Amino acid sequence: MSLLVKNIIRFILFILVQVYVLSQIPPLHQFITPYLYFLFILWLPFNISRFSLLLVSFLFGLTLDYFLSTPGLHAAPCVLIAYLRPFLINILISQEGAELNYAEPSIKSMGIAPYGLYVLVFTFIHHFYLVLIEWLHFGNFLYFIGKVTATTGISLLLIFITEMLFFRKQKFRTNTA
Amino acid sequence: MKNIFIFIRRYFNFLFFLVLQIVSLILLIRYNQTHEAVYAGVANEITGRINLQYNKIQNYFHLKENNKLLLEENTRLKNMLRTDFESPDSSRLAVLDTLVRDTLGRQRKFIWLPAKVVNNTVSQQLNYLTLHRGANQGVKKDMAVIGPQGVVGTVIDVSENFSRVMSLLHRNSKVSSMLKKGNIQGTVEWDGKDPRFITLRNIPKSTPVAKGDTVVTSSYSANFPSDILVGFVDEISKDPGSNFLVIRLKTATNFYNLEYVNLVENVQWDEQRRLEAAPVKNQ
Repeated sequence: MSLLVKNIIRFILFILVQVYVLSQIPPLHQFITPYLYFLFILWLPFNISRFSLLLVSFLFGLTLDYFLSTPGLHAAPCVLIAYLRPFLINILISQEGAELNYAEPSIKSMGIAPYGLYVLVFTFIHHFYLVLIEWLHFGNFLYFIGKVTATTGISLLLIFITEMLFFRKQKFRTNTA
Repeated sequence: MKNIFIFIRRYFNFLFFLVLQIVSLILLIRYNQTHEAVYAGVANEITGRINLQYNKIQNYFHLKENNKLLLEENTRLKNMLRTDFESPDSSRLAVLDTLVRDTLGRQRKFIWLPAKVVNNTVSQQLNYLTLHRGANQGVKKDMAVIGPQGVVGTVIDVSENFSRVMSLLHRNSKVSSMLKKGNIQGTVEWDGKDPRFITLRNIPKSTPVAKGDTVVTSSYSANFPSDILVGFVDEISKDPGSNFLVIRLKTATNFYNLEYVNLVENVQWDEQRRLEAAPVKNQ
């Protein structure tokens, strides 16, 4: 399956899962909102250009926003993590040329510790920015801190489960093949 | 000028990022203020269709809950029916209300007439009441008789100014009734022993019945309007010879002190009987 088709399917699936599964869960606590959808952006291929990365993330966030009828609320954090993604990947990739040998960020392509850090940082940034926007609209500081922490925890758990369930086989690509 | 282009090319991604951020925030702020976001109409159309598909599935899982809610609402509305609010009618109506249709175009089904009880027995096996209202005042055979507290009996004989009523406390009286909880249909009879108690039969053994449950006239009953009080469950026993319960009811009506009752005529009954008597054509 080509990367494009794969990512289009992922786009649709992540939106549907976020809207019809995670957003339908009855609220456990006011701090906890399960978010998983931004994993789509973290899974986008290495070699995508920065322009299209930003554009795809914006469209992805906006699509989710129209389902949840909050236009802009999720698009903004998506664009932020899409903008920061190449910088962090450059720092985290230890092996020379890993982004050339593997298609997309994963445990196998980056190593477990760098990949974990990568997910952790972007989950935190995403929630921080998302809740910040929410907080500027309504809410108090305790809400802000509590929600960022709790939501990040829940998201990390969900991402961990997703990584376990849908283990992505990464082919090692060489120039000769 | 050249420098500007170089600057833009160099920081293109950052500028694009800023533009997208600003667009997002403008969307968010504008939407919250006016609820008229750009493309919201188109977007709503698309997301709405997908939501509709999802709701079709989701609704299926909520059917049970919805049924319960509807049932509760129905019960609440039934409790507001006119027929549930019976007070002793002491008036003697001089002019009969024979209006067939009301102003909303609804067909009248029941006509209620007040009547005074002039004779009443409870101690016999075959108990009758006599009402001071007869054929001249619009009473017909088979009209239902309902007291302020509940069912009383059925008209069996009519003279010019009086009518005879077979009381519920009569060996041959049968009133189609149901448990108000669950609308389980049964028949109410009297065994001729104690005038305070009547018997409800033909309720399946699987039905959950509890002491104190309300029994009302059934919706299948032709001469009685539905949901008129018959009695309250007093004792439940299983009939070993059949699949039905035998439920002893305390009568809702106190037959000892009946003074005024209402006669109820089902003006659509003739039509119903004609239809039911006609041979079935489509077989």
